[in-house]
Parts: sequence; structure tokens; C-alpha cells
Amino acid sequence: MTGFFNSRLFFISLALVVIAATLPLYVSGYVLGLLTVAFYFGVFAMAWDLLFGFAGEVNFGPTFLIGVGAYTAGILNAQFGWSVYLCIVLGALASVVAGLVLALPALRVRGPYFGLTTLVAVLMLQNFIVVFADLTGGEIGLTIPDVISINAGVNYWIALGFMTISAAILYGLSQSPIGLVLQASGQDPVQAGALGFNIVKHKLAAFIVSAFFSGLSGALLVFYFGTASVGTVVDVAVGVNVIVSAVLGGRRTVLGAALGAIFLIVAGEFLRPTGELATFIVSAVALLVVLFFPGGFLGAALSREARS
Amino acid sequence: MIDGFAISALYALGATGFTLIFGVSGVLNLSHGAIMVAAAVAAWAAASVLNVGTYAGALIGVAVALLTAFATYFAVVKPIQDSRRIPNEEKEIFVLTGTLLWGIMIQELIAYFFTNNAKTVLPIVEGVVEILGVRTPKNEIFTAIVCCLVIALLWLLVNRTRTGKAVLAASMNPRGVTLLGLELTNIYIVVWAIYGILAGIAGVLLGMFLGVSSYSVGPLTASAFSIVVLGGLGSVSGSLIAAFVVGYLETLTAYLVSPAYRTIPALLLLVFVMYIRPQGLLGRR
Repeated sequence: MTGFFNSRLFFISLALVVIAATLPLYVSGYVLGLLTVAFYFGVFAMAWDLLFGFAGEVNFGPTFLIGVGAYTAGILNAQFGWSVYLCIVLGALASVVAGLVLALPALRVRGPYFGLTTLVAVLMLQNFIVVFADLTGGEIGLTIPDVISINAGVNYWIALGFMTISAAILYGLSQSPIGLVLQASGQDPVQAGALGFNIVKHKLAAFIVSAFFSGLSGALLVFYFGTASVGTVVDVAVGVNVIVSAVLGGRRTVLGAALGAIFLIVAGEFLRPTGELATFIVSAVALLVVLFFPGGFLGAALSREARS
Repeated sequence: MIDGFAISALYALGATGFTLIFGVSGVLNLSHGAIMVAAAVAAWAAASVLNVGTYAGALIGVAVALLTAFATYFAVVKPIQDSRRIPNEEKEIFVLTGTLLWGIMIQELIAYFFTNNAKTVLPIVEGVVEILGVRTPKNEIFTAIVCCLVIALLWLLVNRTRTGKAVLAASMNPRGVTLLGLELTNIYIVVWAIYGILAGIAGVLLGMFLGVSSYSVGPLTASAFSIVVLGGLGSVSGSLIAAFVVGYLETLTAYLVSPAYRTIPALLLLVFVMYIRPQGLLGRR
């Protein structure tokens, strides 16, 4: 852990965060709004990477956890008018509970079966949101009376700060003994178990941490947008974006996942003039990265550094 | 009831190709829905824009699916499988991500060139008949018959021909097959060809029966995936049974309860089966 504070990666990330923190002083609100969303997505991707990159579990349903957090916070606020921060905390907690409910049956199975269980969870959530439309707003979305702030700069700082803190915690966790055990149980569960580690307990812990950050980030995102809708926080396409950004940035790097998410959202915005082809181009680029740089952005950069 | 049968048969056809690929080469092809939609849209475009007639249109649709399946294999799956930079235990997830991205690319291209309006392919057989007092479109019966025929043909191909036996052997023990002097890549190409044709037929029939749009890509992949897992990954007969269970469950819920709840019982059943019997109905561990 101490090695990290002297490493080049640490200084680069520190410099990036400092530069990012000064951005509101000289860029337009439009750019800030874009980056705010990108930062929340970064947290989604990092939380996903903890589960996949380390625990080796392909979670096709990151949006299940995100959606539960987002909708719980949104509904509580819209129905009872509780304060924004209370709702956010409760949203994150609901997400942890949802993570537990999902993890207990899901961790009995492995590989593709696990992936499917999580995918089914997303589809169920989506169905329930549409069925209980009077509570959730259905397909149109839920309008939330309160927002965190209407100032683009403040929203941006909150998102940046939140992402930085989450990154620090998740990265620290991934480098800690717990992260190593997770990595071991992802690569060879039998041997890791034989060494006396309780794999299920560790994976469950990873699931809970991942759920907590996903839910927190989802709830914050809802209060930033002022609405919660299936298309922004639950849809399988959103989950796909999260997965693509984590793989793009470099799996098992945690920090790379955030980079991937920012790249994905900013690139999508730059390509907006190309209209409907934007998604095509982004997917094509992502596919090329997956094919030719399987380590992702950060993975490629780190291995080059290691070689020289 | 006939409605349910036709839907189930369609699901079965789509899922069979999917499970075949997994059984033989361990690949979960998440661009499955995109290939089916590509076939249906191609058949629609050929029949109603180029005016080549419904039969030729359907053939073109199947041909497009075949080409797309080959493209998927050569452009996405094979490079990942051959890559030396990806550790073996992670190839599965890379194939998943790769085919997922590939599917999105196909979907976006279809949306770009043909818009994302729903398209209905002109049915080969038109008109309705009365069966036991229920008015049934002939097309529905046609769909069911074609699906059953194709599945029967597939069964014959796999169990009765030399190529089919090689495919079967490859699904049991890939290394053993190579030791017998058969080129594994050739077998994979055969499997992808079978898969492409199956997905193409299923896609074109779906286009005639319900109509498709680029939005149906995701749900189609998801339904094939869940049917295959329900039946047991890699087990063709398992997915046939699962397809009928899911098909009837969905149709019955839509008729008896409400169309809004259509997919929920099937999903609940899936979760239940995963919990009790994680390897699926007829799966091998």
C-alpha cells in the first residue's frame, strides 16, 4: 500500500483530480454537466470491476443494484418528501439489501449461470417498475421534487469528490489482503478454498461493497437529473455501457474503469453530430480495444511501464 | 393454444442454434438477437423494397443471417479465441463482451439504414382457417410446421451424418476430436453455418409472425439466453422443452392475466430453477 503513494500512477491520478477540480472555473456548464454524469458512471464501472475483475463474477445486472438505489431514493423523496441526503443514504442501504438478496442465490451458481441470474434480476426490476407505474412513474419516469443543487459547479464538485473518494476506497480495497483473496478465489476457487479462505464470505463482501457504491451513485445521479427512469438507470443498455467502460478502461485496475466510463460518455457526446451512428462508432472502437488491447487503456499503459 | 405452440416453436428454433454453439465451442453468442433481426429485416427489404417475391426474400434473409454468423465468428470470436494476450480463463467474458458489442453494432446499422420502425415480413402463406372453432392464421400453422421440420432435420444431421457426429464429438471432447485427425476449426465453421441458418429461419419467421424492429435485439437475445439456461446449457433437448415451457407460460399469462405481466412468470420460474437445479433441466455439470 505504501508503494502506491510513491508510484507514478498515484501522482498521475492526483494531478488529474486537481486539474479536474479546477475545471468549473473556466469551462461551460454544458461540459460540467456532461462530466458530472460521466463521474457517476465512473463509480458504476469501478463498483462493477471490483466484482468482475477481482471476484471473477460476471455481473450482467449492475443496473439492478443501481436501479434499486436510484428508485428507492427517488420514491422516498417523491412520496414522503424526506430530505435528499436521508433518501440517498436509504437508497444505498436498499441497494445493499438488494445486493444480498441477489447474491445469496446467485453465488450458488457460477460463470454464465451467475451472469444470467443477474440479467434476470434486471429484467424483473424493469417489469415491476412498469407494472407498479403509479408508484414508480412507469415507462415515463419518476419526477423528483428535490435536487441536490441547481448550480452546475456544485454538482460537478460533488460528483468529482464522490468519485475520488469511491476510487480511493475501492482501489485500496482491491490492493488489500481482501482484494488478493478475491482475486485468488476468482482465478481458482478450489485452491483458494483449500488454503482456508472462506470464498463465499469474501465474494458476498465484494457484492455488498459493489452494491453500496452502485446504489449510492445511482441515488446521487437521480437527484442530479431530478428524474428516475428505466432508460437512464435500469435498462440493460445502461448495464452494457457500464460493462463496456470497465473492460475498455482495463479490468482489474479499478481506476481504469472510471477512465473508460468518462471516455465512453465524452466520446458519445463528441460523436453526437454523426447522429444515429454515434453508438455504432463507440461500440466499434470498444470492440477494437477488446480485440487488440485486451488489457484496456490502463492495462496497456501499465504493462508498457512495467516493460521499460 | 396454437398461438402458444407457434411462439414456443419459434423460441425453440432460435434457442437451438444458440445452445449448439455453446455446446460445441463454449461460446455464448450475445449478438444472437441482432442476427435474427438482421435476417428478418433483410427479408423485409428484399421482399418489399426490391420486389423479389416472398420466397426469394425469405431465402435472402436466411443468407444474410448465415453471412452475419460467419462474420461474427471470423471477426470477433476467432480472434479472441486465438489471442495469446488474453488468459484462457477469461476468454469467456471477452467473447461475451465482444459479441455483445458486435450485436450493438449490427443493431445500430439496421436502425441507421432501415430506421427502427417495426417491420412485418409478408407471410409466405396467407389467409385463415378454423381449427376447433378458433380462427387461426395459416401463417401461424406454417411457422409451427417449418420450425418442427427444421428441428427434425437438425436432429437427423447431428445424429445420422458424419459431419454431425464430428460436431457431437467436438462438443464432448474437443481434444479427442483433434487427435482423430479432424480439424477443429472446420467443425466450428460447420456449427456456425448451422447456427446462421437456424437463426436466419427463426428471424424470418418471427418477422412474418410478429414483426421485428431494431429494438427487439435485446429481448430476443435475453429470451434465447434464458431458455437455453433453463434447459441446461449445451443440451438441445433441454432447450426444446424449456422453449415450450416458456412459450406457453408467456402466452397463458398474456391471455389469462394481462399482457403487461407477460414475461414475469417465466423469469420467476427461471430464478426458481436456477436455485433448485443450477445446471438447468437437462444440463450436464
